[in-house]
Amino acid sequence: MKKQSIPARILKLYLPLLVLLLFILFPFYWTLITSLKPEEELYGMVVTYWPKAISFESYRKLFTTTVNFVAAMKNSFVVAFSTMVVSLLSSTLAAYAFSRFDFKGRKPLMCLFLCNNMFPTVLLLIPLYSIMRNLGILYTPVALVLSYTTFTIPFSVLLLNGFISDLPFSLEEAALIDGCNRATAFLRIVLPILTPCLVATGVYIFMTSWNEYTFAVMFTNASTRTIPVALKSLIGQLGVQWDLLTAGGIVTIIPVCIMFFFAQKRLVEGLTAGAVKG
Amino acid sequence: MVKKKTIWPYVLLAPALIIIACVVLFPVINAILMSFQNYDLRRPKDICFNGISNYVALFQDKLFWGALWRTIVWVVAGVGFQFLFGFALALLLNQKFRGRGVVRAVSLIPWVTPGVLIGLMWRWIYDGNNGVLNDLLMMLHLITDNVPFLSQKSTAFPSVIVTIIWQGIPFFSLMILAALQGVPAELYEAADMDGATPFQKLFFVTIPSIKNTIFVTTLLRIIWVANSVDVIFNMTEGGPAYSTQTLSVYTFNKGNALNLGYASAMAICLALLLSLVAIPYLKQNFKEEK
Repeated sequence: MKKQSIPARILKLYLPLLVLLLFILFPFYWTLITSLKPEEELYGMVVTYWPKAISFESYRKLFTTTVNFVAAMKNSFVVAFSTMVVSLLSSTLAAYAFSRFDFKGRKPLMCLFLCNNMFPTVLLLIPLYSIMRNLGILYTPVALVLSYTTFTIPFSVLLLNGFISDLPFSLEEAALIDGCNRATAFLRIVLPILTPCLVATGVYIFMTSWNEYTFAVMFTNASTRTIPVALKSLIGQLGVQWDLLTAGGIVTIIPVCIMFFFAQKRLVEGLTAGAVKG
Repeated sequence: MVKKKTIWPYVLLAPALIIIACVVLFPVINAILMSFQNYDLRRPKDICFNGISNYVALFQDKLFWGALWRTIVWVVAGVGFQFLFGFALALLLNQKFRGRGVVRAVSLIPWVTPGVLIGLMWRWIYDGNNGVLNDLLMMLHLITDNVPFLSQKSTAFPSVIVTIIWQGIPFFSLMILAALQGVPAELYEAADMDGATPFQKLFFVTIPSIKNTIFVTTLLRIIWVANSVDVIFNMTEGGPAYSTQTLSVYTFNKGNALNLGYASAMAICLALLLSLVAIPYLKQNFKEEK
């Protein structure tokens, strides 16, 4: 490729990139700045783009309000972690079956998992609400974990199927010849190579469960609610408490961002594997 | 791949299939049944089958047709601009420059941000009293009085659409960037030899090479955007005067009001509508499977 001159490069690359990044990142900047402003400045006559005095008051208030943000964090963690374990266990087995066996009904079953990603959330939300209510598990973490598996299992099966199909089958064949049975070949050969992919899939499951709102708002009550529901409940009769809300927002996305940056590369590879082929 | 007949694959699939049968198939059947019932949890004694009267009521419901129309606008404008900006970002990130890895990772953050937070962050930006957007527009002398973006009918819907566009840019750019990196460099070299302009290269080399990715990603996004509840619900709850109520949000609101029969009928209409998009997606996927 021929070298571009510096003005051309600024015009064709840096300037448009800067504009797009400003658009993408500004809301986060604004949320962070808002959470650090003292209340007088926040609702003052002038909008300031950098706080005149940095204050952590809103974070202190967040953890001492009646909304009980700490309990919500704990609930979110329990739900996201349990969803991750249940989904990873069942989808790894299913994905292994799809990528290593040719069996009757493989295509229709594959299709079933693909279709699952297409169902409107609201189509499942309503019957699940009445079923959970009849079973008496509404407002428990179990209800949320079960409803999250409706989208995490199909998605993880597809993702892991891609990852396992990329592993050469000859490795397992060698192990089988050396006297391993299928189960030990899977545990000793496939699983160790697959670990980074499992981590990436697990992070994705954790993130989507941590972030989910639509099911959470209907399936939890004041004591079992998760972070997204707690955030929304900061909007009370007294209007919106933007200082608390923005502080809560920052606390919510920090763990997700940290996990995402570690798993990002592998996750993107898995998601886009089909795209590159096409 | 193992061809011989064994029961192993079925055993391995069993846990996932059992869970899916319980939490997806059974509820869907339940939803179909509920849509033919007078099923209102506020009047549990009156629950009974009432034939197609939910559907009849739905088709006479002005709010339903309004929500349907808004869903179409929401999807076309939302996904359309997500694609345009996502494509532009992917083309930029496909060039070599210092710090590209960091920029790429950072630009994905909206994709991992909870929908609730997205709704609330933008609600604060749009705020009519202390909102930063009003302040910026004032400084640019584009407006003289503060605009209550989310509480007046004329601006509420465009405002929520901008938010969904913002949310969807990263996913598009992620998928398109991966596809761009798979386009063989020889194609561009050949185009250079023939003296192609950058625009010709874009329209005759780049776009044809990645059209499958564009197709599949667009279909996926259409389904996700049409199903999205959290962004609108946390910005406006469907108001003011239903001006931001899409089908998903309307269904969610009806479900929240515990009128489950009516909400199910609406959810089934939405699902049927989306199958128009889902079927081509499934076909495309199976073509790749061979």
